[in-house]
This record gives sequence, C-alpha cells and structure tokens, in this order.
Amino acid sequence: MPTRHINVNVNGTPREILVDSTWTLLETLRDGLGLTGTKEGCSNGNCGACTVLLDGKTACSCLVLAPEADGREVTTVEGLDTGGRLSSVQDAFVKEGGLQCGFCTPGFLVSTTFLLSNIPDPTEDEIRLNLAGNLCRCTGYDKIVKAVQRAAATK
Amino acid sequence: MPTFDFAAPTTLAEAVTLMASAGTVRALAGGTDLIDQLKTNRRNADLVVDLKRVPELQRLGSDADGLHIGAARCCSDLHHDPTVNRLYAGLADSTGLVGSVQIQNRAAVGGNVCNAAPSGDTTPNLLVHDAIAVIAGPSGARRVELTDFFVGPGQTVLQKGEFLQELILPAPPDDSASAYLRFIPRNEMDIAVAGVASFLHIDPATKTVKKARIALASVAPTPVRARAAEAVLEGKVISASLIDAASVAAVESATPITDVRGSAEYRKELVRVLTRRTLNICLDRIGVSL
Repeated sequence: MPTRHINVNVNGTPREILVDSTWTLLETLRDGLGLTGTKEGCSNGNCGACTVLLDGKTACSCLVLAPEADGREVTTVEGLDTGGRLSSVQDAFVKEGGLQCGFCTPGFLVSTTFLLSNIPDPTEDEIRLNLAGNLCRCTGYDKIVKAVQRAAATK
Repeated sequence: MPTFDFAAPTTLAEAVTLMASAGTVRALAGGTDLIDQLKTNRRNADLVVDLKRVPELQRLGSDADGLHIGAARCCSDLHHDPTVNRLYAGLADSTGLVGSVQIQNRAAVGGNVCNAAPSGDTTPNLLVHDAIAVIAGPSGARRVELTDFFVGPGQTVLQKGEFLQELILPAPPDDSASAYLRFIPRNEMDIAVAGVASFLHIDPATKTVKKARIALASVAPTPVRARAAEAVLEGKVISASLIDAASVAAVESATPITDVRGSAEYRKELVRVLTRRTLNICLDRIGVSL
C-alpha cells in the first residue's frame, strides 16, 4: 500500500497524518483523527452528510482523496463552535429543532455556515437550492429552513 | 477502492511526465466522477495524477485568443466569474446546475468534458461558443475543436499520456448571447433528460441572425451540434416563426434512446421546446425584442 505523510490544518490545528493514497478525506478525518462528527451516508456525493469546508468551500469529503488535502485547511462540524460556545448556526438548529435523528445535521451545519458566509440573508428558495446537496430523511426540511432563517436573522 | 499511487505535480512539464507513466494513469481534477468510479470499480488506476496544483490547469482569464479555462477549474469559480456571466452566460447557467454546491466547488468543467457523458451540462455551452480543446501530452501540445473531441459515451480523442490542459473560448462579438436550459423532473440535483444550449449573434439594425449555434445534451451518444437548426437561423431576420422553425429543425439532430429518464419521443419534444426557450433567452439577453 503506498503511504505518505500529509500536513493538513484541521479546525485551526496543524496535523501531520500518515495516510494511504487511496483513503478519502472522510476516512482520514474519522479513522485517522477520530473526528467522527463528519458522517458517511451515500459515499458517492449525493447525500452531503460528509460535507466539510476544504480551503473555505464546501466539499463532500467522501469524494476527496486524502493526499489531495496536503497543505490545505479543513473545517469539520467540530470546528464550527466559537470558543466552546455554539455558533449562531448551531444554536439556531437547536432552537428550531432542525433535526430529528441527527445523522445529516453535521453536513447541514457546515453547508449552512458556507451559505450564510456567501448570502447573509437568503430567501427560502436560495436556502432550499443551496442545501439541495444535503439530504434529510426525517424532518421534511421545513424546520431546517426555519433554522437557517433564524441563523441568518441572528448572525 | 483499487490500490493506486498518487502524485500531485506543480508544473505542466512534471504533469506531462507523470501522465505518460506506464500502467493505467488517471487524471484527477474535481474527482466527483473519478473517485466514485474508482470506489465502485467502474474504472481502475495504477496512478492517479492530481492536476489541480498545475497553474496552467487553474488558468481563468482572457487574452487575444479569448477566454482560457484551465481544465481543473471548478464549476463554482466559473459560475461566479464576472466575465463568464457577461460574455458566456450559457456557461454561467450550466455551471450552477452541475450537482450540488458541494459538487460545483470541486467538479471541473474540463472534467465534465473528459468524462464525456452525453448528459454533461457544461459541454453544450462550450460547443456553442466554438471552444478549442488544448491537449497536452508527451509529444507536445495539440489543439482540437471541441466538436471533434468526443468519440462516444465516455470516449474522447485523448490518447495514452494525453490530458486536457485548457479550453479556449473565442471572445463573442457585441450583440450576441448564449443560454442553457435542461429538463429534469425535480428542481436540482439530477441528470438532464435533455439539455439545449443556444448562441445568437444578431445585427441590431436589421435583426438579421449573423451567427447561430445550438448544441444538445442527453439526446445522442455524444454532445452534438444541431447544425440544421443553425442553418435555418443564419442570414434570416429573427422572428417567432423563424425560432419555431429552428426548434423543429433542432430535433433532426437528436438521436436519443429510451431509458429510465425518458422516452426517445419525449426527449425529442424537449429538444424542440428547450431550443425555442433558449433562443428567446438569448434575444432577451442581447436586448432584441421580436
């Protein structure tokens, strides 16, 4: 197995990680670093449960090879809080109950954080379009949309 | 996932050498097709070469030849680029339709071209802008008109060791515009049942069509130009009836199959309707009213 060391800034901390060339970033985060907040759903880029920020932009970590992340910055759901306090996005999902089983929630939190950094006050259509890459099989999405609207209002 | 080695060259020369390595070598841009294909054993690889760190493959800028789009540039960069939105609006339309935001942040237009899926949303827009493919390889660079790039589903003219370096889109003239529409049974995150890209250049004084380009997705083994429809339009004064005639003619270029996404008959009807609509969007964008 070809292995290599990669240097990745994960949630603000530089990490040196020994990876196999064929590992995905998702496997690296979960199995290599124990950051299990990022979830594996479909493993082919449809469900968005594995969404992370890669150099500040959302990406499905199941469709990134670990060595691609060498020298780059990754933010996972574990890195969204501010000094141990929930971010406004996380807080809004709690207050609106924008989740049921919670499996898709890390991906939604990362995608919402990215959405609001680009469009601070999105319309409902913009919210639904920009979160189309995150699937939720429990909520029916209405409470998720309300949570995003609350986060936008309290940002 | 098969076992493969990985390389991330930072110069074009290094990329050419690596891509010409023995065994099965795969070029990696956004990876949104390739990594899934590797995981599911639909493609194999001995070596995966990540081309995203090669500056030439990240190029996005204009010169006398037109707009250069490095083959590894992601869809979202194009979707938000002011020049692309102003001069190549159909390409801006389509780069916002490929998968989700997460996918657009990774998927490259060059990868969409090289994956050569007949349903690729960006490709027809490159065709209507007369794109040139610049191919790098061990025996030097060569240029191919993008209309000649596709051989069949998933098949291109790329030879062993070759890879797409960039696409060049000539600068469109004033009083021209492009547009793209696709049909899917939901609002987003789907593969086109059919897609149509159109480009029009109109003489604003006489309303004569100086140039027309129409290209179709998901209705043939490769992305195709609707040349009969272009011929209907060129040299004529634009009118609603001329657009209707061109839309009917566009169907002649569609040779669709019936599959789970739609019947051949349905796809042909979609080509007619989407051709009419995209031509009308072009006119709106140019500022010509019928």
